[in-house]
Amino acid sequence: MLSKEQIARRIAKEIKNGYYVNLGIGIPTLVANYIPENIQVVLQSENGLLGMGPFPFEGEEDPDLINAGKQTITTLPGSSVFDSAMSFGMIRAQKVDLTILGAMEVSENGDIANWKIPGKMVKGMGGAMDLVASAKNIIVAMQHVNKAGESKLLPACTLPLTGVKCIKKIVTELAVLDVLPEGGFYLLERAPDVSVDYIRDATKGRLVVPDHVPAMDMA
Amino acid sequence: MIYKVVSSAQEAIADIPDGATLMLGGFGLCGIPENCIAALVARNVTNLTCISNNAGVDDFGIGLMLHKRQVKKMIASYVGENAEFERQLLSGELEVELIPQGTLATRCMAAGYGMPAIFTPAGIGTEIAEGKEIRQFNGKDYLMEMAFEADFAIVKAWKGDTAGNLVYRATSRNFNPVMAMAGKITIAEVEELVEPGELDPDHIHTPGIYVHRIFKGSGYEKRIEQRTVRKSESNEASAS
Repeated sequence: MLSKEQIARRIAKEIKNGYYVNLGIGIPTLVANYIPENIQVVLQSENGLLGMGPFPFEGEEDPDLINAGKQTITTLPGSSVFDSAMSFGMIRAQKVDLTILGAMEVSENGDIANWKIPGKMVKGMGGAMDLVASAKNIIVAMQHVNKAGESKLLPACTLPLTGVKCIKKIVTELAVLDVLPEGGFYLLERAPDVSVDYIRDATKGRLVVPDHVPAMDMA
Repeated sequence: MIYKVVSSAQEAIADIPDGATLMLGGFGLCGIPENCIAALVARNVTNLTCISNNAGVDDFGIGLMLHKRQVKKMIASYVGENAEFERQLLSGELEVELIPQGTLATRCMAAGYGMPAIFTPAGIGTEIAEGKEIRQFNGKDYLMEMAFEADFAIVKAWKGDTAGNLVYRATSRNFNPVMAMAGKITIAEVEELVEPGELDPDHIHTPGIYVHRIFKGSGYEKRIEQRTVRKSESNEASAS
């Protein structure tokens, strides 16, 4: 099974030269640590920054400079700052190439739920609904099963939806899966120490398994 | 130039009545109008509808107004850092409308641009779309969302001049420029108040026409929610 860092490392392989990328909170934030140095990538933070740099050194934190997770960050040479309307304008206009975010549930037709548990958790959707409604390409980083051991890859989401038919790819601690246009989770890769049967048991939605499922290359 | 300076936060907010609809700039605690919030708390203006991306934390920002039960309704996109907010919401004491962050920003922008409504795909197929008009453009569904109407917009800028022109700093810009454009009355508090001519016209983010009152704020705390740093030269991140 992959650690959170390994999930992030695997997702980083999906980022291509020249991409503008929006990283959500949690595992997606870790992806920034694994972007290869030989490609040019710009990170967008939806509170109004392109060219998000690393966290500041201690003592150099600037309260006016944070990311969408409210963490102190830095800018880079070539960074730009803008207001929230423009930030979501560039998201809506599909200038951002790839969005990576977390989820509570994903359905086999690509629906995602990640903002609300009725009666329990009321935090709000933040920018997630805007991102999933407009993004060209969305990768979900999540745990395959919840803390109760129940699958989070479902025939249909049970929680209130964030967006419909929008998720293209999912990376979990067990597997890399594509969401097929006609519906279903296509098993692309498995974690090195995890069997196809194990993944099948952990996936409640329709799982499509090809003859050969390679182990992830974690190099 | 038209002189828009008021002496203090107290004077700037003196005529905000109970029951008013307010826009408050900021993202998290970054770029919030600290002085005006303190003055609203001190004057104990009540029954307010607040439009702001977040609701502060328990003991800072809009959280201070929630603590004193001054807010009747909160319109926001994310309120996760505020336990008192969650308690008032779950107990039914506080009315809450959660809306997507881009929709929130663009409904402000529409007001400032004089447009009655926008069309956005955000929320299509979700409970956000319930009861709203859906229009199809080029085969894709869009929700019609109305421009906000706010009695007062309260924003925080880095620098401003006496004519109300504003310049923001780094990501404390966030919602401030679009809210500044959207208020019937816009109040701006700034860290540095200068004379007309001292700001380069090419560098103005909010033209003074949108700003009705401006004052130099003081004692900015600029609290950081998630202080996150790198250790020395390594790439190891640590949050505290």
